[in-house]
Amino acid sequence: MTQLLQDEAVKTPQVPPVQEKKREWLKYFSFSTDHKVIGIQYLVTSFFFYFVGGFLATLIRTELATPEVDFVSRETYNGLFTIHATVMIFLWIVPAATGAFGNYLIPLLVGARDMAFPKLNAVAFWMIPPGGILLLSSFFVGAPGAGWTSYPPLSLVYNKPGEMIWILSLLILGTSSILGAVNFLVTILKMRAPGMTLNKMPLFCWAMLATSALILISTPVLAGALILLSFDLVVGTAFFNPTGGGNPVVYQHMFWFYSHPAVYIMVLPVFGLISEILPVHSRKPIFGYKAIAYSSFAISFLGLIVWAHHMFTSGTPPWLRMFFMINTMIIAVPTGIKVFGWLATIWGGKLRLNSAMLFAMGFLSMFVIGGISGVMLAAVPFDIHVHDTYFVVAHLHYVLFGGSVFGIYAGTYHWFPKMTGRMVNETLGRIHFALTLIGFNLAFLPMHKLGLEGMNRRIAEYDPKFTALNLVCTIGTYILAVSTFPFIFNVIWSVFKGPKASSNPWGGLTFEWQTTSPPPVENFEIDPVLEIGPYEYGTEEAVKIIKAGPFLALEAAAAQG
Amino acid sequence: MNIPGSITTLLVGIGLTIVSIWYGQNHGLMPVAASTDAPRVDKLFDIMMTIGTGLFLLVQGAIVYSLFKFRRKPGDDTDGPYIEGNIPLEILWTSIPAVIVLGIAVYSFDIYNSMGGLDPMDHSVAHHSQPSHEMAKMPGAAIAGTLTNVATADAVSAPLAPTATQDSVPVATSAPAEMTVQAAGMQYAWIFTYPDSGVIAGELHVPVGTRINLAISANDVLHAFWVPEYRVKQDAIPGTPTQLSFTPSLVGEYPVICAELCGPYHGAMKTKVIAETPADFNAWIASQLVASAAELDGAIALTALTAAEKPVDQFLAPFVDPLGVDAATLQQLHSAHAHPSAS
Repeated sequence: MTQLLQDEAVKTPQVPPVQEKKREWLKYFSFSTDHKVIGIQYLVTSFFFYFVGGFLATLIRTELATPEVDFVSRETYNGLFTIHATVMIFLWIVPAATGAFGNYLIPLLVGARDMAFPKLNAVAFWMIPPGGILLLSSFFVGAPGAGWTSYPPLSLVYNKPGEMIWILSLLILGTSSILGAVNFLVTILKMRAPGMTLNKMPLFCWAMLATSALILISTPVLAGALILLSFDLVVGTAFFNPTGGGNPVVYQHMFWFYSHPAVYIMVLPVFGLISEILPVHSRKPIFGYKAIAYSSFAISFLGLIVWAHHMFTSGTPPWLRMFFMINTMIIAVPTGIKVFGWLATIWGGKLRLNSAMLFAMGFLSMFVIGGISGVMLAAVPFDIHVHDTYFVVAHLHYVLFGGSVFGIYAGTYHWFPKMTGRMVNETLGRIHFALTLIGFNLAFLPMHKLGLEGMNRRIAEYDPKFTALNLVCTIGTYILAVSTFPFIFNVIWSVFKGPKASSNPWGGLTFEWQTTSPPPVENFEIDPVLEIGPYEYGTEEAVKIIKAGPFLALEAAAAQG
Repeated sequence: MNIPGSITTLLVGIGLTIVSIWYGQNHGLMPVAASTDAPRVDKLFDIMMTIGTGLFLLVQGAIVYSLFKFRRKPGDDTDGPYIEGNIPLEILWTSIPAVIVLGIAVYSFDIYNSMGGLDPMDHSVAHHSQPSHEMAKMPGAAIAGTLTNVATADAVSAPLAPTATQDSVPVATSAPAEMTVQAAGMQYAWIFTYPDSGVIAGELHVPVGTRINLAISANDVLHAFWVPEYRVKQDAIPGTPTQLSFTPSLVGEYPVICAELCGPYHGAMKTKVIAETPADFNAWIASQLVASAAELDGAIALTALTAAEKPVDQFLAPFVDPLGVDAATLQQLHSAHAHPSAS
């Protein structure tokens, strides 16, 4: 099958090479089926929404700089945090981690010329901008104010038009996510280069397999919950509406059956990125390949049976709370395997501390804090105290910002030369890293204490005794906002003026580094065959491969082969 | 400087353990522990904090050490050592966390059990269908009872007043072992009803040393009853009564916070729990009864009568503004009476 698909890929008429360089940028606004174009479309789009979501976060923290409601109205505030969370999850981390890196890297990593279903891929991307614009348009009719969790009955009585827009937008984005997942699964399982058995795949492919499986299993349940919710909202059914005999807790179960796995959908691909980046810049093989590969699946499976730990105070029966508590705690084991594996990969290496590596190590450092607070939250008696408080806000940002966002930054710096053919400015990159690390910890570390002491989440006003720490959080948020300026400037400047990148600036061993930067339209001139494992640093063969340059993209090599 | 590596490791390990244990006991992150359950939760948190601090220091220490120790020397373009893994080491760092989390799980289970979390009475809401029936009627009366002014009360005599007084417990000198209080959450207030005496209040008065069983209901949307100083929290779910038990141990006033998003004024939905000595508590109950005998009985009676004649939403319509709710919410309140139980 693999051979067959690739033969077909060879037979299909060659797309004529780009004639006019001037117009090349237009392809990024077209219905392109090139996975690299789609990957970059995803990446740029999701970064745009990241800055939108970040702007909303800045407004939220500005309101919370003082205990009184004095910056925006209470209604607006609820809209801000609802849209902030929705944008960050569904329009930033999910599309960036799965869509952008998945699409750009998977065919390159497995040695394929494109994704299995290129048109489906383009369709999946082009659902994102309308979904995002639709969501933001809800501000014009009264933004949904029931939080990104949208629990009924509040979501059924408050700002109904905004709520309906939110549901429609999520259905569009969820569909896009499902289409992407199908594509990743088929590409990884069916289009690997000869010699690349599952156990020789780059770890990002393992992570995307686990992620795609999760998306396919859990997203339809969210879609179901949202469709039922929209019936309650629009046509007055009573699936979740207690006034008609519905049960709002059923919605919570359906919602979290997707939304807890969603955390792993957001963080597993990033685990994969980190597993690619650390060995390259440590110049050492990944420590415990199989443990890291299989633990992705352990996390993926366990991730499906922990959802009710979000509902320990929702009247969940005690024995069920115990079941979900133990499952949740066990997730710490496969996650620990990964963390220790990464630490051992760094240990004794020859670390190249560029921006990509700094963000990857920052990821490791910050994610561990989120992991520790995660185990704490799993303990029912403790969770009952801190559920729905700023402790949870701190925890989730350490997982999703300290984890996913640091990882996406690391990936962006690491593959920037491959994507654009230009190098980034490392000084600006390091400034970006330092500001991000400081701003992030100032913004979110104090929230642990706030939550423990009694500050609940999703409030526009708070007890004046929490003023000092909240001010620190707000200052941290401003630093985070400022930290994006060197990044944006660096990326734009480097795309046009950065020094030209060689085919393999970091000395990587996966296929994408054996083709040109940026790769040609169908990635390779000759069909890649796996000659060396993805992480065989420190061997003679590795040196040979790295010295060979972009041999997979050379016509001469094609003639010889 | 010829200290063997194993000695250095041992010393670092001892230092790390000491710091972790010290910080686990002295983090000072929790508010006052004012219920009998709170110290148990704090103990669990202290232990998790100790383990967490140890793990934090271990990982961050390894990262920071690597940053300096394993930084690539300028001009060195060779690769690092070819080490693909180490099975015994991997087994070690799989099994130790597994044992630790299972230990925490068992300990959490134990704490939860000692807090009464596994009591059969908390098991299912089905046992409480009868109280829920009464509770569903209660909040309408409660709202009116607190809001009806004298002008509307004058027209009606108070047929229910004697009943209320008769039902009230005689003023006792010692605290009962257990006490049930009904807590109804609504946008944006809590109404506490003492079924023994019929007293209705917006603040929760409790005697220290008595096990309080809170029967929680919600009239409109989800709410959550949280007292940080008691370390307990329970959602209030419309159509599904829930339970929360705790024993206040310290005299004092602590905030009652709504912890589940309930609308724009969610942040303002706050009241107080006032933990008093049993004598003070009984005096408070008595003062409430006197007050209600004088004024509020009429109001309650009126409420009961009017509520019987009119649907609650119509009856409450004039109070929409002061309550900070909209008509749709009232409509729900009405329907909730028509279908009091979701299950």
